[in-house]
This record gives sequence, C-alpha cells and structure tokens, in this order.
Amino acid sequence: MISSIIFVAFFIVGSTYFFINAKKIRRNILLGKDISITDNRSERIKTMVLVALGQKKMFTRPIPAILHLFLYAAFVITQIELIEIIFDGITGHHRAFRSSLGGFYTFMVSFIEILSVLAFIGTVAFLSRRNLLKIPRLVKSELNGWPKLDANIILIMEIILICFIFMMNGADEVLYSRGQSHAENLGDSSFGFSISSYLGPLIYGGMPTAGLHVIERIGWWGHIIMVFGFLNYLPFSKHLHILLAFPNTYFSNLKVKGQFNNLFEVTDVVKPNFDPAYQPVLDPNAVIKFGVKDVTDLTWKHLLDAYSCTECGRCSSSCPQNITGKALSPRKIMMDTRDRLVEVGKNIDKNGGTFVDDGKSLLGDYITSEEIWACNTCNACVQECPVNIDPLSIIVGLRQQLVLEQSSAPNELNGMFSNLENNGAPWQFSPADRANWINEN
Amino acid sequence: METLKVPTMQEKIANGETPDILFWVGCSGSFDDRAKKITKAIVRILNHVGANFAVLGVEESCTGDPAKRSGNEFLFQMQAMQNITILNGYDVKKIVTGCPHCFNTIKNEYPELGGKYEVIHHTELVQQLINEGKLKVQGGEFKGKKIVFHDPCYLGRANGVYEAPRDVISKLDAELVEMKRSKATGLCCGAGGAQMFKEAEKGTKEVHVERAEEALAQNPDVIAVGCPFCNTMMTDGVKHFNKEDKTKVLDVAELIATANDL
Repeated sequence: MISSIIFVAFFIVGSTYFFINAKKIRRNILLGKDISITDNRSERIKTMVLVALGQKKMFTRPIPAILHLFLYAAFVITQIELIEIIFDGITGHHRAFRSSLGGFYTFMVSFIEILSVLAFIGTVAFLSRRNLLKIPRLVKSELNGWPKLDANIILIMEIILICFIFMMNGADEVLYSRGQSHAENLGDSSFGFSISSYLGPLIYGGMPTAGLHVIERIGWWGHIIMVFGFLNYLPFSKHLHILLAFPNTYFSNLKVKGQFNNLFEVTDVVKPNFDPAYQPVLDPNAVIKFGVKDVTDLTWKHLLDAYSCTECGRCSSSCPQNITGKALSPRKIMMDTRDRLVEVGKNIDKNGGTFVDDGKSLLGDYITSEEIWACNTCNACVQECPVNIDPLSIIVGLRQQLVLEQSSAPNELNGMFSNLENNGAPWQFSPADRANWINEN
Repeated sequence: METLKVPTMQEKIANGETPDILFWVGCSGSFDDRAKKITKAIVRILNHVGANFAVLGVEESCTGDPAKRSGNEFLFQMQAMQNITILNGYDVKKIVTGCPHCFNTIKNEYPELGGKYEVIHHTELVQQLINEGKLKVQGGEFKGKKIVFHDPCYLGRANGVYEAPRDVISKLDAELVEMKRSKATGLCCGAGGAQMFKEAEKGTKEVHVERAEEALAQNPDVIAVGCPFCNTMMTDGVKHFNKEDKTKVLDVAELIATANDL
C-alpha cells in the first residue's frame, strides 16, 4: 500500500515535471516565424516512417547504424514492459501479466532481455568511440564542455538502466526457483527468460532470500526511477531527438535541395519594376526585416530542427569547409541556435512571459560572420542529417541579414555584386561583349 | 577555321523561325577563356545533330545565382525578373544550360517569379541525343582511358542528376571510376556558394586541393566535370599537385565533342 502511494506520487511528479518542460520547448519552438507545412500528408508520413522509424539515412555509415539500432530497438521495445511496471506499481501486483499472457509474456521479456544485452554492447561501444577511439566527428571543439558530458551522461544512464533490468529479473528468477518470488507461482521452477534464467543463478544463486528481495526491489525501483529520470533529462539534453526525430522528419523540406526559399517581401518590391500591373501586397510603410539576426527571425521548423539535433556531427564531417579546417561547422550552427533559443526562453520565463532585450543575438554573439561566409551551399550537411535537419537555410538567412540589413558582406563579394548590377556578370566584363565567344577562335 | 552556327534568339525570330530549345550559355561560358571551350563543345554537339536552337547573346544576363547564395535577394530577384521578362518575351519553352548553377536557378527558383520552363543540363541533353539515336558516340582518344567523374553539387545533390553524365561517359568505352565521396556524398569543389568570387577563410587546406587529391588518388587520365566552376577549381587542384601533364580536367561535353571529332 505504502509503496503504491509512493509510486503514484512519483509517477505524477515525474510526468508533470516533464509535461511542464515539454510545454516550454513547444513555446520556444513557436517563437519562430509561422510557416504553413500542411501539404503532401502521405509523402510526409512516408518520409517519417523511412527516416525516423526506419532510420534509413543512418545506414550510410553501417557500423554506428547497427550499434544505434541496438539501442533504438531496445528503447522502443522496452516501453512495452513499462506498461506492466506501471500497472504493478499502482496496484501492488508483481508481474501481473505473466499468468494471463503465458508464453507470450516469456517471449516478450526474453526479447527485451536480448535487446538489452545488444544495447549494452552498443552503449559500451559508443562510450569507447567517444572517449577511447576519439572518432574525429565526436571530439570536435564545439563538443567541449557540456555537450561532451551530456553525451556521456546519456550513455552511462543507459548502462545503469540495463543493469537494473538484469538485477530485477535475475534476482527474481532465483527467488522464483526457491518459491519465494512475489510473482504468482504457476507450478514451474523458472520464468524461462532468455538471459536472466542463466545470468540470475550465476550471479545471485548463492545469496540469501532476504537479500535477494532487497536486490530485486532495488532493480525494480531503480529501473523505473531511471526511466523517469531519463524522461525528465530529455528536455535539457541533445537526447531529445528520440522524440523530436518524428515530427522533424514529418515536416521535412520535400522540395529539391537546390531550391532556396523565395523572399516574398523582396518580390513584392521588385516585381512592379517589371510588371506595372502588379499590385504590391505588403504595407509599404511597414518595417520589414530581411534575413535572420536572432532565433525569432527563424521559422518554427528551424527551431524544431535545433531541438532535434543530437550533435552526431555527420553534417560537419561531410562539410567541405569543416573538413579543411575552417571555422564553419553545420553542427555548431544547430547547437548555437538551440543554445540561444534556450537563453531567450529563460529570459521570457524570468520576465513574466515577455522577452526583455538582452543586447545579444544569434548572429554575432553565437555565430560569427567568418563561419557564415565560409559556406559552399553544397547541401552536404542537409544530405547527411539522419533526421533531415537543414543547417543551410539558417546560414543563408544569416547571410541575408549581413547583406541586406548590415551591408557587411566581404569586400570581394561586394565587388561581385556591383559587377552583377552593372555588367550582368560577376566579373568586370562589358555586357556588350557577352556574345564575343561566338566569333572568337 | 571551324564555323560554328550560333543563331541568336533575335535572329531566329527576325527570320520567322521558332527555336526548339534555348541554349543558356552562362557568364562563365561567355567570358571565361577556359569555359568558352566548353560552350563551343556544346555548340558543336548541337550543330552536329542539327538542333534547332538559339542563344540569347547579349540579351543574356547572370541568372543571379551567386547573389542568391550569398544572401543578396534583391540583386537576385532583379536579375531573375530581367531574364524572365526576356525569356517570356521570346516565349521560351525549353532551356539547356552549360552550367549547373544556371540550371538549378532557372529550373527551381524562376518558376515562383513567373518563369516556368523545361530546363535540362547539357549532360542530360547529350544523354537524350544518344538515347534518341541522333548522336552516335565513339570513344576515340578516350577509349580505354581511366575517367573519374566529379559531381557538381548543383547538378547532383541539389537536383538528383547523377546518372546522365555517367551514362554519357560510359559510351566512350572508357574505364569510369568513382571517388569514395561521389553522387549524394560527393564533395564540393570549393567554388559554390559564391566562394568562387572570394578568398577562402582561414583553415588548414583549400577545398579544391582536398577534392583534387581525392580524384588524383584514382590515378585518372581525365577528371570529368559538368560545371565550368568545378572545371576551374579541379584544374587548379591538379596543378597544385603538378599532375597537369598526366591528368586532364575536361567537361563531359568536351569529351564527347573531342572523341567524335565534332
């Protein structure tokens, strides 16, 4: 009874705290400019199923893809077990579904145990890749400090979670074989789970029953505490991708990558020069800001992108400029966007719901013009991202701000612009000479 | 001296003719000495098959691509609408470009501004001509040679055209080899995003050197390209490694025109 009350209280607190933080993230994302993405529903669902659920883009790099699949499958399938744990926790039962589900129950728990072992292998491999093998994209400078710690915390939490599962099942297995488990006795001498029916007796076989009851409870409570701990860690972590990968891929850009967005506020001004019949739509007296200075100038999809990024660095490791040692890193663009958005969100919380100017902006305080001007707009980062994040359109937005609002393009580009304006070519050639090649040898 | 037949749109219309296709030459193809050779190779192919085409000549102007990529949307749209006015004035339906940047911009970014055309890249045109039997291709001097194709970002990743240039090269009876980073994972030559017009930022290496190194690792006789900017960058990269005697950087159109004495 007492444990049920504690469980329910824990459940309510854990869920509520997550809900509060999830709402904050939603609010932060909606600080972005509104755009409508309601077209092509079936194609969007297909993209989400292939890219998020099916992890299609991960498999361009098979080794991390398989290791990641272990963790991902274990994560998804283990959620089924939670149904029983929550039911048991509230009602005070122990393995409530075993008697009714019979062989299917044994199969499910066995399957979860096998996936847990694979996930354990994956987690250890991931920790080694980060900390021992030091895979280049996992040790780049933008990961110094919190991002590196965040990655290790997640992996260590996963290892602890898996250990709790085997403590719980292993100790209970030994107890059951002694007829001492709180689970309903079905007349057999073992649960028959794939891993713990061997691992349990091996580790706990010699321990007294009273001690095993304690270990089993530590495993059970430890498991559920870790699950809720994890859930509440997500909003502060790059690990949020496990949830946001789904909406983020659903709202993917479905146009060809070469098509950059058209700025209608520019079209509205330019078009009357060529089409006298055109009636401008926008209010000529309204102050229009061009490009992206701060996170609120981005669209909500950009901000969803930022929260969906798990900092894997595939983008930066395929970026021609990053590969050749330049300051530009598409991953850093996404991390900076999220960091600034979180800062803006905290500012709003602190000031009773309204943002009070802090004199900072995404452009300048987080992302420098050196980074932005290095971009080749080659779309390699966009192509690589396993959850269809688009760092390139943020970079172009920042460039638009620098050119159209601050007139601070690099000198050579200003030269190119004036050549274009005066000669219709990026170089200083006379437009009258454009067809000279026809008669040259 | 060879005589190329390059009618302008104005001439065609004055003669009461309607060209089937407009050849969009592009700034590089019009002004850059190296790229002009690619332009002429494309014209030779068009002349050889008797294509009914025209160019805009002095009426052509930059598509605005470098302005768009560097964030100068005003300049881009000014350029775009100026070109669209001219193209629509001639009632142009189909365009072939000699440059993937022009190709991408006209194909994908002009429609929203009122310019809707069927746009193909010159490697796609050559592929079509071969498939339709209008162009018979032999390997000529490239027969048995090792050719590596470098994907232009704005043809490949940006528009998903990976096979047309490879298909055309394969008709030369040459050995087509691939770099590790190719097709969707191809590495940029370093020119895109208006980098062509400025110095690189501080780093450890130039992008074109990185890419040329990767191409040269295949020990090719030819690095084939489909973009005048890639051509410049890869040529510089090959020179950086002093390999210009062994490895030539040639456009796919040049390969076809040269191999077949067009």
